[in-house]
Amino acid sequence: MASPATHPPTDSPALAGSQSLGPRPGGSGPELDVEAIRADFPILHQEVNGRPLVYLDNAATSQKPAVVVEAIEGFYRRDNANVHRGLHELSRRSTERYEGARGVVASWLGVEDPGEVIWTRGATEAINLVARSWGDSHLREGDEILLTDLEHHSNLVPWQMLAARTGARLRYLELDDEGELILDDLPRILEGGRVRIAAISQVSNALGTLNPVAEIARQVKAHGGLVLVDGAQGAAHAPVRIPDLGIDFYAFSGHKMCGPTGVGVLWARRELLEAMEPFQGGGDMIDEVHRDHSTWAQLPYKFEAGTPNISGAIGLAEAIRYLNAVGAERILAHEQRLVRRTMKALEAMPGIRLFGPGDPAHRAGVVSFTMEGTHPHDIATILDSEGVAIRAGHHCAQLVMKRYGVAATARASFYLYNTEAEVDRLVESLGTVREIFG
Amino acid sequence: MSGVTLERIEQGFRMMQKWEDRYRLLIQMGRKLEPLDEELKVEENRVQGCASNVWLVSEPTDDDPPRLRFRADSDAHIVKGLVALLLAIYSDRTPEEALQVDAQAILNRLELKGHLSPSRSNGLFAMVERIRALAVAEAASRG
Repeated sequence: MASPATHPPTDSPALAGSQSLGPRPGGSGPELDVEAIRADFPILHQEVNGRPLVYLDNAATSQKPAVVVEAIEGFYRRDNANVHRGLHELSRRSTERYEGARGVVASWLGVEDPGEVIWTRGATEAINLVARSWGDSHLREGDEILLTDLEHHSNLVPWQMLAARTGARLRYLELDDEGELILDDLPRILEGGRVRIAAISQVSNALGTLNPVAEIARQVKAHGGLVLVDGAQGAAHAPVRIPDLGIDFYAFSGHKMCGPTGVGVLWARRELLEAMEPFQGGGDMIDEVHRDHSTWAQLPYKFEAGTPNISGAIGLAEAIRYLNAVGAERILAHEQRLVRRTMKALEAMPGIRLFGPGDPAHRAGVVSFTMEGTHPHDIATILDSEGVAIRAGHHCAQLVMKRYGVAATARASFYLYNTEAEVDRLVESLGTVREIFG
Repeated sequence: MSGVTLERIEQGFRMMQKWEDRYRLLIQMGRKLEPLDEELKVEENRVQGCASNVWLVSEPTDDDPPRLRFRADSDAHIVKGLVALLLAIYSDRTPEEALQVDAQAILNRLELKGHLSPSRSNGLFAMVERIRALAVAEAASRG
């Protein structure tokens, strides 16, 4: 299999400097050889509506390099069998690749115990697992769950449902005018000592804000609470080292980071997982089954009922290898260069309102905006006619939209394979929108 | 409706060679559409929408047989133009006539193919479904 295209090639020590999350200056490390990277992504090389495709909807889902597609295909062509149960060669191979993938995730997260890595359908299922399995047995009336106005619905609704079941109360960390969390409010929220868990996104999908999760975790934990980080956007766009974050749960999805859909991960500290009840019952998660009760398998299997998404796990591990070889720091720096170029051009366009941090170094790969006299849906429709794919809507983050008094925004989101020329195509197409709406 | 006939609309579109101009025409049609009162833009009249919303109310006429009459609106301009087009297609027809209409074919003819599809989150597909359901209900009520 081809190794990812980078110029010059780097090895994993390139990640060594990426110990903490949160705002950082962009532009570190050598620039990516984007043309070589693009050659690894077959889907990018096509025309849409007569123009070369410009894919700027990466915050919704990323495209997949050929190595990921080939890993999945190769699994089905050569190794497919159910895991953990057969005594035959294919089952042995399948299990080896599947558990090998778990090891890849563990070392990428910087954790030593692969038993702490639970496969899920995605970040959404991972968060629901914690809300159910930890929340139902640990929260009572009067306890508090700390969320933020930046959260994606997948990191809001499971907690609202938990609050309804237990009588716990939801508290919110609010946003300033630039889409950054107001950390000054945190001591006041925490001083009551009732926050049992804080569930916070690493990166906002709607605005791109890089949140200071390590600092929030430090304060929440000092007051006795646990911390879950929703890494659905973060895992793809910012370096992740669990030991440096000081958190208890980390949830992410494969498909936003060059992996396939339908697979994701919950990482949690072993002692928390040991104390939690299973999320779902079924095959593979039991030790002994009796007529009236069962006993549970060891970690991580206790939380993995049923035949898992084997090819998905293998594909995700391949995606992680690919991204690791490019380097998370360099990918973020590249995205921030594109964000800076986009913001500069949009700031010069009349009638454009930009949302989110004014400093591109506080963002990961997202530019959310509106254009006076048009609806974001109109913008996306015209851009599609020119082969430029963006998202328009509330981005499953209606609290963000309410905070800024809009129903929807247009959102361009970048990844390692996007180019400055593509930013220029976006800007040029926005000129067409302006012309058409006059 | 402001009396724009489907025939006039088709004529207009035939004169437009470039897609930009077809969109301009749609936007104009949307701008001419009588806006729906804010108090009618409520959940029960909303047909769908993630990226944009469409609201639809029906007001059958007193004719015998009654004719379907609709008013609709959207918060997105291009969608509002497409809404105006659908109103021209469906309004002032009897339920039986409305059910005969092939809106998809008309949109294809106007080179607006793809806008009327369940995979587009613009509310138009759901709007047509609701119009057809109303036509079926209206026809059934007369037995």
